[in-house]
Amino acid sequence: MRVAILMCGVAALAQVPFERIRDAAKEPGNWLTYSGNYQGHRYSPLAEITPANVGNLKVKWVYQFPGARNQTSPLVVDGVMYVTSPHRVAALDVKTGRELWTWERPIPKDYQSIGFGRVNRGPAVLGDKIYVATLDCFLIALDLKTGQQRWEVKVEDYKPGYSMTLAPLAIKGKIVVGVSGGEAGIRGFIDAYDSESGKRAWRFFTIPAPGEPGNDTWAGDSWKTGAGSSWVTGAYDPELNLVYWGVGNPGPDWNGDKRAGDNLFTCSFVALDGDTGKLKWHFQFTPHDTHDWDSAHVPMLVDATVRGRMRKMIVNPNRNAFYYALDRETGEFIGGEAYAKQTWAKGLDDKGRPILVPGMDPSEAGTLVWPALNGATIWFSPSYSPKSGFVYVATREAAATYFKREAEFKPGTFFAGGGERRIPEAEQWGAIRALEPASGKMVWEFKLLSPPWAGVMSTAGGLVFGGSNEGNIFALDARTGKPLWNFHSGGAVAANPISFAIDGKQHVALAADKVLYVFGL
Amino acid sequence: MRLLLLCWISGFVWAQGAFDAVPDLAIGRKVFDSQCALCHGADGSGGRGPNLRMAKLKKAPDDAALRKLISEGLAPEMPGAWQLSIREVASVAGYVRSLGKVVVEEIPGVALKGQELFQKTGCSRCHIVNGKGTGGGPELSAIGTRRNARHLREALTAPAKFLPDGYLLVEVEDARGRVVKGAKANEDLFTIQLLLANGRHESFEKAGLKRLTRLAGQSAMPAFDKLPAVDLDDLVAYLVSLRGAE
Repeated sequence: MRVAILMCGVAALAQVPFERIRDAAKEPGNWLTYSGNYQGHRYSPLAEITPANVGNLKVKWVYQFPGARNQTSPLVVDGVMYVTSPHRVAALDVKTGRELWTWERPIPKDYQSIGFGRVNRGPAVLGDKIYVATLDCFLIALDLKTGQQRWEVKVEDYKPGYSMTLAPLAIKGKIVVGVSGGEAGIRGFIDAYDSESGKRAWRFFTIPAPGEPGNDTWAGDSWKTGAGSSWVTGAYDPELNLVYWGVGNPGPDWNGDKRAGDNLFTCSFVALDGDTGKLKWHFQFTPHDTHDWDSAHVPMLVDATVRGRMRKMIVNPNRNAFYYALDRETGEFIGGEAYAKQTWAKGLDDKGRPILVPGMDPSEAGTLVWPALNGATIWFSPSYSPKSGFVYVATREAAATYFKREAEFKPGTFFAGGGERRIPEAEQWGAIRALEPASGKMVWEFKLLSPPWAGVMSTAGGLVFGGSNEGNIFALDARTGKPLWNFHSGGAVAANPISFAIDGKQHVALAADKVLYVFGL
Repeated sequence: MRLLLLCWISGFVWAQGAFDAVPDLAIGRKVFDSQCALCHGADGSGGRGPNLRMAKLKKAPDDAALRKLISEGLAPEMPGAWQLSIREVASVAGYVRSLGKVVVEEIPGVALKGQELFQKTGCSRCHIVNGKGTGGGPELSAIGTRRNARHLREALTAPAKFLPDGYLLVEVEDARGRVVKGAKANEDLFTIQLLLANGRHESFEKAGLKRLTRLAGQSAMPAFDKLPAVDLDDLVAYLVSLRGAE
């Protein structure tokens, strides 16, 4: 009885109950989850900064990270900003950027990042805790107010190549995470942990074992090293109670000889029951991928009228250079087309499956294919503005010669089976593109000098914020793509922007290399 | 003490192993292709990781250092290759070294005469050698370790054929109609910075320019294709002799 009262008391006092995140649009001054809302929109309902006044945007404060090339997407909760870097969390006074507390954890000496950088893309909050995923594959819960550790749970052993770089996704009572390691021949999964106890609630293996649906898409034992990482934060539909998550490439990356078949559920979106982790549907973008085109993307949940019918869609500009709109209740393909240069498929059939151009697989002598292995877009966030009705995506335009080599599996080492040689830098470029959400048809583009590594955020004020490798942090007119404001940050931008309020005034934050910049009028 | 002893023993084992290991370039290539090419490029010319087609590798000045680096990795990005045998490590190291080798050739010219010509023809107005000269063009103190005679001869007679990575000659016309030509020093979405022939830099807002022409494939260096053959030989001999500070 006393326990029950105590529990109720805790629940009542919890600072960020699930409902606050679900209704994030009601409190636009905060940024409560990785993408700003469960729908993966990276859209701010704040409208104080507009095309008319964005030219006056100034730096208000900066925060200096201990290391380089920060990819964190901060959270802002009730006057405190939370930022992460690998194995580190800092709580900052949102008015000044001064540290309120920091938490750190050593990276084991024998830890190796196999096929990716040592980064962290942000935290999650729920109740009175903040959650962070670590490179050595632990999920850690800290006290939101003090940074003191509440619990930790080992998600997997880092030695064979499992790791975590993503921001966890906090849903009702659970923290959902995915793993990196797709270049080390891991068997990927998506996990959910009880937000209070840290006990694992469910695990969904992205590579099905014998007897499970989809295992017949793997030749022989190839599923055992099938990879299928899950390294980017998903989206959530609270009404359908479905967690949507992107799955990475099959292993070995560039040599598909020994894994004949479609290799489910690699390069797919999966829709999982939030309570059980059970698969509701899947959609595979790139069957039997041999170019490392992970579908590790933030899914965007968009409601729109398509051909006279209201559709609950899930949309995705994919690494493979095609845009997809699917029905998020069933996974049915609604529409899509290439949104970037690609030479590997003639198009999509009426089910959304690519119609392949023959001879585009990696080869001993090398095969030139658009896009390059980092794809037409990658982990950084796209955005959807319910106001403009457009999807925005930072697009990479590059090709590579893909090579196929032998791949021998040794746990904890590269299991890649080849590589790429990119075309000269001068021939690569990028763009911020606005697309129609049901078709992927381009509305406008703002050209970039080089293939970007930074995400975009749209705002109710009618702006799209982004960053470039050359250090520009910029704002575009959301309707036309016209550049309206630029700041020279001095470091390559490889992070996602957010927007929030300080004393009721709209601000924008974006990390560039070692520095987080906060801008306001 | 125990730690010291351990270090000493492991150092000893390492040294022994290194002497025993005879590199096999075929093995080295195989391992490189499967485990290194992902970051360093299929031909070693770099990508996520640095270009390895260099006579001198900054982080691995000698073979022992290179083997150690391959074996232990380099924080934070490069994983160690603890799974490789000593022979495999030596073979990868051997293969990596082979990528950057420039063979010393017999060449007809006289290096000393070439050195005089280098000054007389104005090369040092754009190239620093052993600390002297002006630095608009590439620094050449060790060019002989990176490029062979045939390449250098061609580069002298047709410099536009061998533009360095990222080199771009740009011509801009500003609002007042002033035309400025220079090598691109830097560029972002909204501005461009040029290195002019006088060795000074100038920065331009792109929005304020009447014209910005990218002279792709052109070099700021004049072509020395009218130089007498004997002078060209001497100049090449001098450049080949430049092998860095002793």
